[in-house]
Amino acid sequence: MGVGSLLLHKLRSLLTTLGVLFGVSSVIAMLAIGEGASEEAQEQIRQLGSQNVILRSVKPPEDVVSNQSTWSNNYGLTWNDFETVRDTFPWVTRAVPVRALMQDVRVGSNLMHPRVLATTAEYLEATGRLIYQGRFLGVEDQRRTANVCVLGYEVARTLFPVSSSVGEQVKIGPEYFEVVGVLLPRVPIGNDAPLPGVEITSEVLIPLSTGRRWFGDMQVKIRSGGRDIEVVELHEIIAAVDSAQHVPLAAAASRELLARRHRESDYEVVVPLELLARAEETKRIFNIVLGCIAGISLLVGGIGIMNVMLATVTERTREIGIRRALGAKKNHIMLQFLVETVVLSVGGGLVGILVGVAIPSAVEYWADMRTIVTIDAPILAFGISVSIGLIFGLYPAWQAANMDPVEALRHE
Amino acid sequence: MEPVAELQAVSRLYRMGDTEVRALDEISVAFNRGEFWSIMGSSGSGKSTLLNLLGCIDRPTSGTYLVGGRDTRDLDDDSLSELRGADIGFIFQSFNLIPQLNVLENIMVPLFYQEKPSLDGEESARSLAERVGLADRMSHRPSELSGGQQQRVAIARSLVNDPNILLADEATGNLDTHTSGEILDLFREFNEEGKTILLVTHEEEIGCQAHHVLRLKDGKIDEIGQGVG
Ligand SMILES: Nc1ncnc2c1ncn2[C@@H]1O[C@H](COP(=O)(O)OP(=O)(O)O)[C@@H](O)[C@H]1O
Ligand SMILES: [Mg+2]
Repeated sequence: MGVGSLLLHKLRSLLTTLGVLFGVSSVIAMLAIGEGASEEAQEQIRQLGSQNVILRSVKPPEDVVSNQSTWSNNYGLTWNDFETVRDTFPWVTRAVPVRALMQDVRVGSNLMHPRVLATTAEYLEATGRLIYQGRFLGVEDQRRTANVCVLGYEVARTLFPVSSSVGEQVKIGPEYFEVVGVLLPRVPIGNDAPLPGVEITSEVLIPLSTGRRWFGDMQVKIRSGGRDIEVVELHEIIAAVDSAQHVPLAAAASRELLARRHRESDYEVVVPLELLARAEETKRIFNIVLGCIAGISLLVGGIGIMNVMLATVTERTREIGIRRALGAKKNHIMLQFLVETVVLSVGGGLVGILVGVAIPSAVEYWADMRTIVTIDAPILAFGISVSIGLIFGLYPAWQAANMDPVEALRHE
Repeated sequence: MEPVAELQAVSRLYRMGDTEVRALDEISVAFNRGEFWSIMGSSGSGKSTLLNLLGCIDRPTSGTYLVGGRDTRDLDDDSLSELRGADIGFIFQSFNLIPQLNVLENIMVPLFYQEKPSLDGEESARSLAERVGLADRMSHRPSELSGGQQQRVAIARSLVNDPNILLADEATGNLDTHTSGEILDLFREFNEEGKTILLVTHEEEIGCQAHHVLRLKDGKIDEIGQGVG
């Protein structure tokens, strides 16, 4: 009976529910986008190894002397630092030294500029990377200073587009290296294309000893007007910690050690666990802001519904009088108008859920962003729209129920 | 004979600012089962006020009103609603049908509010519609009917719960003489089947058709007499 009169005013009902519709759909869409973005960020951080502490060399700001034609720049982490971390930090189970070399990689006329990293066999386990083909660098390669390399997935695909690269030769700088393995990309290859937004660093890995033998500690960069000579002993130390609880201790100890030994800030300490915590904090703040926006838009929607219901009650005063005279109790009238309000807001809410679920798919398609619609978002939205109907319908329904029947019957 | 409705020194006062309007002043009267009354008087004499009290949509300022022997002062709002739903049928001057419902639905409205819904509610609504001559108008909206037809729907609606008392306030006031006659015939028919009918009117030729005539003047009983019916 109540629903009939809603249909009587189709346009008005539709306009009334728009507030709830937009409120609900924006809540779902924003939750999905926020969830997707934070999931992506956390994924990237986790790939750094959540139980690692990473020490990095950073090139200090250039001095005034840089107009000299030859400039030797000595900075960054030292082998001494590495040994201290490895041997004296009780929580560090494994320390992996990494040197980055500025060398071209080529096969025939195919030329690439990947990151060439000289490191040890433990790199694989410390970073949690996986082998796609062949094997990783071994202890034996290290000892023999063998000319072997492991290619990142992207590099292998670029240099050897048709055939397998394992067993083939690549030229790194002036030297020939044999490919012994290929790494999986950081994110599993779904549909052959990695997920959008995840950085695929193209890299080539060689044994630390081999790197030192052929390329030394000195890096020479040619630039217009002269050459830059950089001397960096180590570019990165990856310290794997025995448990997550000890990560803050290891991080603090590393910071203290480096602060003591280095005068300029030519280093940084990256702690994925801290980044993760920060990402979670950001997400929390995002959710609070989102909640406020959603709350305001739903409040506006609810007020809109209440406004229309108050007008409806006035308009139908006579009908209320008739129903009361025919035996309706106050509760009957109350229920009738409450049901109408809930039908309005739930109608808006259901359409809002559809729109809200469609928006993330559209965003994913057009903007190449990852979105996640969790099952509790639509359930929450549905609950909210029922509550809005109940809360904002209560006063109009109460007003309708408490009209004086005689007055109501006299109403024009 | 047992009275179905009895007023004992009932007054109804309206307060408007400083002045007090005595719409009903110490009215005492008893209506017996199966009687056909007309309540007459000039405009403003208190006819509608009296009918509203009799129909339990209004309460006396003072005095006692008994329905089937029950004192209405002891009844709360919900009980009065139940009483209206069970014992009283209303018919209004302006028909007062619900515009968005069709004829059959309008007749069935009182059934929604019944304490014990009857299983054959729709059946009795249909047969009432047929009795008042609307068999081929069941799914029409009120706006698609003439005044006389709308009043027939209202009469069918007032009877769907099988009440004891029918209260009609100027039920023929918006109708032409011919249609008024037809409506009056319907009332007479239902009265012969045992319904107590109280018909408010200011038209002499309608009022005199009842068995009993109650004349009001300034909220007081002016005269209780016999009609020609
Ligand atoms: N709600 C009200 N407020 C104030 N005065 C009222 C109200 N209802 C009726 N009256 C007064 O009570 C008297 C009787 O009214 P009513 O019963 O409607 O007369 P009738 O139906 O005989 O024309 C009139 O003087 C009218 O002005
Ligand atoms: Mg009147």
